[in-house]
Amino acid sequence: MTTTALLIAPVGLPLLAAASHAVYGWRPRSTAWSGAAAAAGLLACGVALAAAAVDGPRTGLGGLLRADALSAYMLIVVGAVALPAMLASPAYLAAEQAAGHAGPADLRRYGVLTQAFVAAMALAVLAASLGVLWVAVEATTICTAFLVGHRRTRHATEAAWKYVVICSAGIALAFLGIVLLNFAARHAHVPSSDALDWAVLAQDAAALDVDVTRVAVALLVLGFGTKAGLAPLHAWLPDAHSQAPAPVSALMSGVLLSVAFYAVLRVKAIADAALGAGFTRTLLTAVALASLAVAAALLLRQRDYKRMLAYSSIEHMGLIALGAAIGTSLAVTAVLLHILGHGLAKSAAFLASGHIQQATGSTRVDAVRGLLARVPLTAGVFGAALAALLGFPPFSLFASELGVFRAGFAAGMGWAVTAALLLMLVIVAAVAARAGRMLLGAPRPGPGAAALVDGARLPRSAALALVAAPAACAALGATAWPLHTLLDTAAAVIGAQP
Amino acid sequence: MSDVTYVRLLDLACGVFLLAAVLVLWRRDLAAIVRLFALQGAALAALVTVLGVHEGLDGDGAELVALAVGIAVLRAVVLPRLLRRAVADGGEARETEPLVNVAASLVVAAGLALLSYAVTRPVVALEPSPAVHAVPVALTVVLIGFFVLVSRRRALSQVVGFLLVDNGITAVAFLTTSGVPLIVELGVSLDVLLAVLVLQVLTARMRAAFGGTDLDDLRELRD
Repeated sequence: MTTTALLIAPVGLPLLAAASHAVYGWRPRSTAWSGAAAAAGLLACGVALAAAAVDGPRTGLGGLLRADALSAYMLIVVGAVALPAMLASPAYLAAEQAAGHAGPADLRRYGVLTQAFVAAMALAVLAASLGVLWVAVEATTICTAFLVGHRRTRHATEAAWKYVVICSAGIALAFLGIVLLNFAARHAHVPSSDALDWAVLAQDAAALDVDVTRVAVALLVLGFGTKAGLAPLHAWLPDAHSQAPAPVSALMSGVLLSVAFYAVLRVKAIADAALGAGFTRTLLTAVALASLAVAAALLLRQRDYKRMLAYSSIEHMGLIALGAAIGTSLAVTAVLLHILGHGLAKSAAFLASGHIQQATGSTRVDAVRGLLARVPLTAGVFGAALAALLGFPPFSLFASELGVFRAGFAAGMGWAVTAALLLMLVIVAAVAARAGRMLLGAPRPGPGAAALVDGARLPRSAALALVAAPAACAALGATAWPLHTLLDTAAAVIGAQP
Repeated sequence: MSDVTYVRLLDLACGVFLLAAVLVLWRRDLAAIVRLFALQGAALAALVTVLGVHEGLDGDGAELVALAVGIAVLRAVVLPRLLRRAVADGGEARETEPLVNVAASLVVAAGLALLSYAVTRPVVALEPSPAVHAVPVALTVVLIGFFVLVSRRRALSQVVGFLLVDNGITAVAFLTTSGVPLIVELGVSLDVLLAVLVLQVLTARMRAAFGGTDLDDLRELRD
């Protein structure tokens, strides 16, 4: 009974918050905080489910929902990124409203859609069936389409259009894969009600027809890879992530990409049992290196700092895909730790970039100078988050990147790891040069230079959200032991061997 | 129904299904494209009905026939009506010069059909029944849909391309395993309907912001 409640609450709480926005609108003193409350509740459910799921998977709602260690961990990631994003939303929207970019109807729509979006992500990680997982991932595209296009400018409309068309078409490939997997499962005499259940499929994988499964897995990896921002279908990502409101960019970059990659991990567990590890390893290594190369090439000539963060997400998803390709338990635990660390650091970076954009009125790198002297808090968080994203200690991304590289050399994939390291070196140089220009140096004289909102004048909730995310990332880097058992169990769930 | 009639009706439905997709490549009048899309939805519903009747109306077949009614309502009535309204609002009746001309498009379609026969060989080998033998036809429609998606310049044609992909995948699902579980089928249909509504709103915004729905105008965001 309690398990069922714990499984339903992560989807139900954000939906309740969405309903509160739909009925009462966005009220600064009441409903504006319902999203944060729902995110806190979601995080608590994730922790409770993780404690329960370490001993074995829990199911509820007639087998429709299931939480094993991996789903519970992903739920924690969703909650941990949604909480700062939702805490920062009231201040962000108040500033948008003051600047005349948003009216009451826009705020209401923002409230409803962000909460529906969080609910869809929770459903995606808790669904027991690949089909329901697919429906939930496609629902996230629909929920976020109008958030991406919220400013209704030419840029926003273009970004939203490309986002919906490329993601929906890409993920249609994944659905074709699901249909073929369903066909193979029915021929392996899996009853039709269980034929898309990922646990059943992984268990009976040896009986699946090899040739059909191979086609299905390739389509699934390509399809969910589109939504995860992996090359070759990554073109929508920088547009969508740079046009969305900052808290939504934080959610999309920090956690939606990882939720889509979670689907790839589930498929990989089935594929490795049916086809051996070689097939997904080749496939994932190829998309991983392609993503890293795309990110490196386009970061070198990037002039917009929100797009810079978006390309950094492509880089990190590439790295995560590389870790999954290596597939040993060290690599997979490092990948999972990286997902959480990247979520925290990237959400902090996007939230800070939202404040910078509101203060300076531009997202161009060369329009922003000497931030550290003028808005110390926002700029400090932005700098710390970028340092974390570039893999510097003490942040957890340093530890997880090291883990991926060590696992890669141990598994005989040294050439791929070396290539990835070289590309990441280019990325570090490109991002650090731009960050240095934005943060340091003398402020450029001229109109608007004096109009910056100082960090000290940020509302307390927004300042807390800004500081908490990188602090949590650093704490995780210093000591990740509370997560050890959970991470090891989660890696074992998807069949990672030592 | 006898096996011979079953195979004939199945092939007829698949033939109309494929022909509608090929004709979408041929026509440039947007209203005609929407009519062809409605015809394809009807062919898909007929296909599912034939499969249902073949399975026997007292067993799983009844469920399939019920699903066929749902498919007919969504894909032959509701979605075409939405598209027709978008055409009427827009005042743009014709596709602009496509990137690939009609003759070349038809040659590409033939190539895509060959490709889909090659790709689906393992599927047909696993179960050589009449229905599974028709899977390459459905996959051809998926590929033609992707081709429309990348080669057409009007927002509405891209939506039709996306829907062709979706029709094709639904056909693959029914031809291989008489469909995915009901809850997934319902979720997918809802997602498709909502995606089309979202794209319709975005088309209106595009017209307001750019003064038209020529996708060549969407070139401002780049690195």
